[in-house]
Amino acid sequence: MNKEWPIWEVFIRSKNGLEHRHCGSLHAADAEMAIQNARDVYTRRQEGVSVWVVESKNITASNPTKNGEMFEPAADKVYRHPTFYVLPDEIKHM
Amino acid sequence: MENKTLSLDDQFQERIDRGENIEAKDWMPEKYRKTHIRQISQHGHSEIIGMLPEGNWISRAPSLRRKVALLAKVQDEAGHGLYLYSAAETLGISRDELMEQLNSGKAKYSSIFNYPTVSWADMGAVGWLVDGAAIINQVMLTKTSYGPYARAMVRICKEESFHQRQGYEIMLSLCNGAGVQKAMAQDALNRWWWPSIMMFGPRDEESPNTEQSMKWKIKKKTNDELRQQFVDQTVPQAEILGLSIPDKDLKWNEERGHYDFGIIDWEEFWNVVKGNGLMNEKRLKDRNAAWDEGQWVRNAALAYSEKQVERKAKKIA
Repeated sequence: MNKEWPIWEVFIRSKNGLEHRHCGSLHAADAEMAIQNARDVYTRRQEGVSVWVVESKNITASNPTKNGEMFEPAADKVYRHPTFYVLPDEIKHM
Repeated sequence: MENKTLSLDDQFQERIDRGENIEAKDWMPEKYRKTHIRQISQHGHSEIIGMLPEGNWISRAPSLRRKVALLAKVQDEAGHGLYLYSAAETLGISRDELMEQLNSGKAKYSSIFNYPTVSWADMGAVGWLVDGAAIINQVMLTKTSYGPYARAMVRICKEESFHQRQGYEIMLSLCNGAGVQKAMAQDALNRWWWPSIMMFGPRDEESPNTEQSMKWKIKKKTNDELRQQFVDQTVPQAEILGLSIPDKDLKWNEERGHYDFGIIDWEEFWNVVKGNGLMNEKRLKDRNAAWDEGQWVRNAALAYSEKQVERKAKKIA
């Protein structure tokens, strides 16, 4: 029986000093082939100096229908931001 | 908390109206999902089938410079097909299903690829006109509401502009060459002009999906708006080449600030869409052969990876 190659998520570091960023996905039979394919599909124009691949099924994602309870509590915690604190204008570099 | 009284469909429309992007795991109306699967996969199929008319000329490119450019362009198209298939797969269709739809003829791809590429000048005309038309559509789609599709479009647009430039450069060389070379360029323009402006699809009043697509911000401009934009930008480019566009009704309309152009032969358009173009049969035959002949490679790679996993497991045990 013909089986589909698994899906991998691809992360590329565009240059040293920057983080790896998700750039897309692809199919490959194994991790080594996923790296090779990622090179051919996502770095044809020197877009990267490092590639990570992870099989998509290994990623756990938050549930967007729970976004309210997940992310909204941060909205009323304005005291976590520097602009919450009122200082005189003469104060510099703070 | 007014939102609670809104239906899911209305809430969805509100998100779209606010300019939010929709992501893969978000709730979406079934029709939004289906429309996207259809549109993104057709777009991906067009990239994959689009390799065939050009692949035809790689071994006969007139110089090494032209050959490496054409190879790179065709390789990009394979990549673009993959970006698009990946975007479609986020909506819950598998790669194998996508391939089955293409290979069986159930799915459509852009009809432009059902025209033959009979001379080297066609490589120029295809890059200049066909990629030019595709870019206009794709630039619009970078702002489309579905996130994975929009991101694929951004990547594609970045890569695509060389495709059009290399095509125009081919045309320019031919037009600056001997009379017979310029005649080749004119002949290619004659054959590709009308199919290229058909690429934007039926006229707005005959395009039943346009209204819903605009409402969901899948499209931001109508077929006729995009077609007009293409004509307006391409006419001056033809003048620089010293070629004439094969449309006796083409003329600048001062009042509209646009070029007027002649009536498109929609009968031909629908005929090719329905599968009666010169190359429909050959394209699908070649596509199926490539898929079938590659099956043992896909199986072997999978068998190899399974064996590696087993070996590793045995070593640990």
